[in-house]
Amino acid sequence: MSDASGQAASRGLRLRPLGWLALAALLSLAVSLALGSVAIAPEALLAVLGGGGDSLHQTLVLELRLPRALAAFGTGALLALAGALMQILLRNPLADPYVLGLSGGASVAALAAMLAGLGVALVTGAAFAGALLSTLIVFGLAHGTGSWTPTRLLLTGVVMAAGWGALISFLLAVSPVERLPGMLYWLMGDMAYAGSPWPVLGVAVVSLAVVMPLGRTLNVLARGGLQAAALGVAVRPLEWTLYLLASLLTAVAVTTAGSVGFVGLMVPHMLRLRLGNDQRLILPASLLAGGTLLTLADTLARTLIAPQQLPVGVITALLGVPSFLYLLYRSR
Amino acid sequence: METLEAHRLVIDIPGRGAGRPLDLAVAPGERWGVLGPNGVGKTTLMHTLAGLRAPRRGEVRLGGVRLSRLKRRALARRLGIVFQSQHDDFPATVRETALIGRHPFIAPWQQEGPEDIARAEAALERLDLSHLAERELATLSGGERQRVSLATLLTQSPRLWLADEPTNHLDLHHQVAVMELLTEQAQRGCGVMMCLHDLNLAARWCSHLLLLYPDGEACWGAADTMLVPEALERLYGQALTTAMVDGAPVFVPRR
Repeated sequence: MSDASGQAASRGLRLRPLGWLALAALLSLAVSLALGSVAIAPEALLAVLGGGGDSLHQTLVLELRLPRALAAFGTGALLALAGALMQILLRNPLADPYVLGLSGGASVAALAAMLAGLGVALVTGAAFAGALLSTLIVFGLAHGTGSWTPTRLLLTGVVMAAGWGALISFLLAVSPVERLPGMLYWLMGDMAYAGSPWPVLGVAVVSLAVVMPLGRTLNVLARGGLQAAALGVAVRPLEWTLYLLASLLTAVAVTTAGSVGFVGLMVPHMLRLRLGNDQRLILPASLLAGGTLLTLADTLARTLIAPQQLPVGVITALLGVPSFLYLLYRSR
Repeated sequence: METLEAHRLVIDIPGRGAGRPLDLAVAPGERWGVLGPNGVGKTTLMHTLAGLRAPRRGEVRLGGVRLSRLKRRALARRLGIVFQSQHDDFPATVRETALIGRHPFIAPWQQEGPEDIARAEAALERLDLSHLAERELATLSGGERQRVSLATLLTQSPRLWLADEPTNHLDLHHQVAVMELLTEQAQRGCGVMMCLHDLNLAARWCSHLLLLYPDGEACWGAADTMLVPEALERLYGQALTTAMVDGAPVFVPRR
């Protein structure tokens, strides 16, 4: 690898897994468009996507399934990317946006809005505000009067998450019974009220464009703050960027789909086990794999016991936990 | 000229008095050893000299310019440091780890090029690590990991080398190999400063010494003027026996 072919080879090594993941992403989207109350054959699906097909199929695919599938894809992509960034920020492979209490803050605010009987739009707004508020509290407290360390940030986040958890239990306990199912669905993540997919997809594309040039710098940051500083990285501004970006991604995702667990923790970690830890590969791969996972999970959530729907968070956990444990067991 | 100067420098160790401010210069070709007992502030001094920690008083200059006025990236092209411990929280191979030494030289939008990879390979070769290039860091022994850190610094190839206990975990042969590497760097015009616990390595390989005492006192100068048994005994609170071997003093703790 000591000649020009080394560079080409390393770039090829990066592109091939991304190609496979992109293919998987397309397939997952196709599956989620084809499956549902009315199954659509591949030829019919192609006809609809080509602008033809019969009108029932057109309505089903273009107006109902496509927006929801894209929203699920975008949400999963954001959660996985946020998880990958948080893990580098905290130099801890077990970190994820939920561990830091972001979703807790969002959940408390959203549940309180539901309890007050506010509409979907205000619940969504409350979730976004709650996630950002939690971000500010955690970061402010972790900063404290002394120095800011990853461990301190992680601990502050974990404790805040526990506090939010208690508030969530409290809100559920005092809520009237008829509101409980909606609240529980929100807590476990639910794509049913996702709305337009364009905000999540747009944020996913923009954030990837922001972090990709940082890829090699993040690789160096993963070696520790001091080592990164010694190699010319402006550590503090970079950490601020990572934290704010990951928080924003989580807030947008939570706002779209409620509190979907596990994607942010699991997807980047599984990819690292298979692909190594080059962020120039892991970040786009997380985006694709997270989107694929949530698209498939949501398809299962709405078809498994149709016409009833399951919260998608249940599926991500049920799918994710065994495959994660298997990969972990297999890895050296 | 890339001279690293400590100018009336007091390092910031919480809860400790100022002691004697340091006024010294690590000039090209010089090999400075820093000696002192545990907890005396050797690592803090190294971090301060590398610009990773603000001094309590005084300043550090590189080529006459205060470190705080230099951009991190520009500084990393001229000055590098080997840390006493590494944080390998994520998986990485030996080759990848050596290659990050090139980070300050590659623009954000660029990939590592053939020249960068060749430098990393040469550094691995120089530290007897070529056969381990594909190995995960987590599978290395302590001494092998230490050599990887040195290979990263050699890949970075700065004009000023700071090394915090570079011979940590190394077997006898590799201790000598590392001291030879640092000497070779000094001969090609680099300034070198290293913390050491082994008096005999210091006596053999260092041109200058800085002695840091627990009470904040410090003295420094050419190695042969600093290697006075009484001063060293006071430094460590340990009685020593001295012998001359190959024209250099050898210090052995007295029982």
